[in-house]
Amino acid sequence: MMKKAILQLETLACPTCMQKIEGAIKSVTGVDKESVKVLFNASKAKVNFDASVTNVNEIVKAVQAIGYDVLKVSEK
Amino acid sequence: MQKLLSRYRNWLTAITGVLIILAFSSKWFFSSEQSSTYLLFVASLVGGLPIFVQAYQALRVKVISIDLLVTLAILGAFVIKEFEESAIVAFLFLFGAYLEQRTLAKTRSAIKNLVEMVPETTFRKLHNGDFEEVSVEEVNEEDILLVKTGGKIPVDGEVIFGSGTANEASITGESIPVSKDLSDKVFAGTILENGTIQIRTEKIGEDTTFGKIIELVEEAQDSKSKAERFIDQFSKYYTPSVLVLAIIVWLISRNIELAVTILVLGCPGALVIGVPVSNVSGIGNGARHGILFKGSDVITNFSKVDTMLFDKTGTLTYGNPQVAQTIYYSSDRSLAESLLASVERESDHPLAKAILNYYSDSVVRVIDSTEVIQGGGIVARIQNHQVLVGNSYLMNQYNIPFTNQMKSDIAGMEAKGNSIVLTAIDGQIALVVGIRDQIRQGVKEDLETLKNMGVKNLILLSGDNQGTVDLVANQLGLTEAYGHLLPEDKAEFVRKRQASGEIVAFVGDGINDSPSLALADIGIAMGNGTDVAIETSNVVLMNSDFHRIPHAIGLAKATRRNMIENIFIALLVVVVLLISILSSSWMNMAIGMFVHEGSILVVILNAMRLLKYKRK
Repeated sequence: MMKKAILQLETLACPTCMQKIEGAIKSVTGVDKESVKVLFNASKAKVNFDASVTNVNEIVKAVQAIGYDVLKVSEK
Repeated sequence: MQKLLSRYRNWLTAITGVLIILAFSSKWFFSSEQSSTYLLFVASLVGGLPIFVQAYQALRVKVISIDLLVTLAILGAFVIKEFEESAIVAFLFLFGAYLEQRTLAKTRSAIKNLVEMVPETTFRKLHNGDFEEVSVEEVNEEDILLVKTGGKIPVDGEVIFGSGTANEASITGESIPVSKDLSDKVFAGTILENGTIQIRTEKIGEDTTFGKIIELVEEAQDSKSKAERFIDQFSKYYTPSVLVLAIIVWLISRNIELAVTILVLGCPGALVIGVPVSNVSGIGNGARHGILFKGSDVITNFSKVDTMLFDKTGTLTYGNPQVAQTIYYSSDRSLAESLLASVERESDHPLAKAILNYYSDSVVRVIDSTEVIQGGGIVARIQNHQVLVGNSYLMNQYNIPFTNQMKSDIAGMEAKGNSIVLTAIDGQIALVVGIRDQIRQGVKEDLETLKNMGVKNLILLSGDNQGTVDLVANQLGLTEAYGHLLPEDKAEFVRKRQASGEIVAFVGDGINDSPSLALADIGIAMGNGTDVAIETSNVVLMNSDFHRIPHAIGLAKATRRNMIENIFIALLVVVVLLISILSSSWMNMAIGMFVHEGSILVVILNAMRLLKYKRK
């Protein structure tokens, strides 16, 4: 079953942050790679994922592992 | 580890700066070359650490980042024992990032203010009837919430207890408070100015009307224009190629210093960030002035618009009939007004509302009897006066005499598109009221401004008869005007003008115009926050305020100019750096980093000017 996760990140400042975060989220198995969207100005990441393969915690972990704080997560 | 580093990043930056100052003072004041070198070495490590870690993390997800270029540059400087340069590069890179974060926050402040319209906590009803303060995120649908005077409404819902007045400016742009009673809808992001209400929650968070507006603005700020997508692609390959270039230069020349200088100078900066910051500032300025731009392509198209099509009712006009003209034939004006208003209070005819609005402060009298004459009007007795309110058919039925003057007055009002309401008191015509849908105040001046701003064709498209349409067009100085059009005819018209190479904007009030709004290069909705208006258009005017269109176009043009300036600045910096590295002896990696960070700040500061944009 596909679900959508919205991550509120710490304020993003550098342009390469987006590439890094995008790369980190794409590296999680079970996420829809095409759907990954990092909003630079809103400092948010949006992604669709397969809830039977992975969960939001895995995605949050991947983002935190490259050094970005996740302030808030919601899924629907 | 990385969390600690990012938390204390600013401290590390400051320490690096202090160490560098100490190093230079010990060199100049105490001539202690030894301790200076030692201090610079430590500074390079302290400042370099967060950069190394970030570069490593990026590599792990297969991204060659700017941090990697800087890391290699610092390591390269270590190899050739240029600790002075490595320390300065690390410091400038960190300090630049700090300044960028601070200034970027400013460009984003407009949207942040919007988000803060929704409160953090609210009072939720418990099973025992008490209220408990909870975080808004914990609220579910069907929860019952309490909002008191001055409180922000946290969700979309229905009033189930109490009453009050709400300021819904954040949704509708209209700052006049709206009264809220039992079973009225209330919206997240609005403010209860008066009263106390309990709400049954219907929609929460991103599903509320306000949440959708925020989401639209956020997506707009990050939506990319063709130019940006190009730059994105470009920078994806650019950073690795700088790395490859530096390695090749090193392999050929065996000159590490030249190779690391290339690494620093090659950092993509102003070019990548220049266009997005212009965008954010422009869209932010719009949001604060009640103009929602949906993305940067919209801004680019809008700045080039040469044909604007207008719907009439609700766009150029207010969309609801108002009293436009009155002629008195009785010396006792206040009596005539008072009797007319008293009769109209009893009526639910659409024109009655317009009359009551117009005579809202006249004395209301007790009516003894009323009789409705089908297709004519109302006959009433008020305090020994016989009062007739209606059309000329009614007056003829009661044999009310008309003078030639009256006849020509009435004919003149009808020719201007008025609906006529006649009032006769005791057998004499006392008052003639002309009611029509009026042209919005200031529209003529706004259209004039649009022409001066380079919009060549101003065209009226309307479902009304050609006579009324021509009248409005003449009054407003429009270039063309067409009547008798159905929604699909309007859409066809849009298509035709686009086919002839014009960039077409369509201004309409939403629902029946939505095909044209969607089809036009720029659909401008005179929105009051309805979903249809927001979704089908590219630009939404929050207050249905026509007056904001010139500001919107001016802002779009200024934003586009700003983007071009930023691209120019960025390219100029690259060219100057390239030339100087090839031809001068003073260029080194520290100066390169300074110019690099400086140029990023310059483009951000340049973009920030847009936040203050005002049309002269």
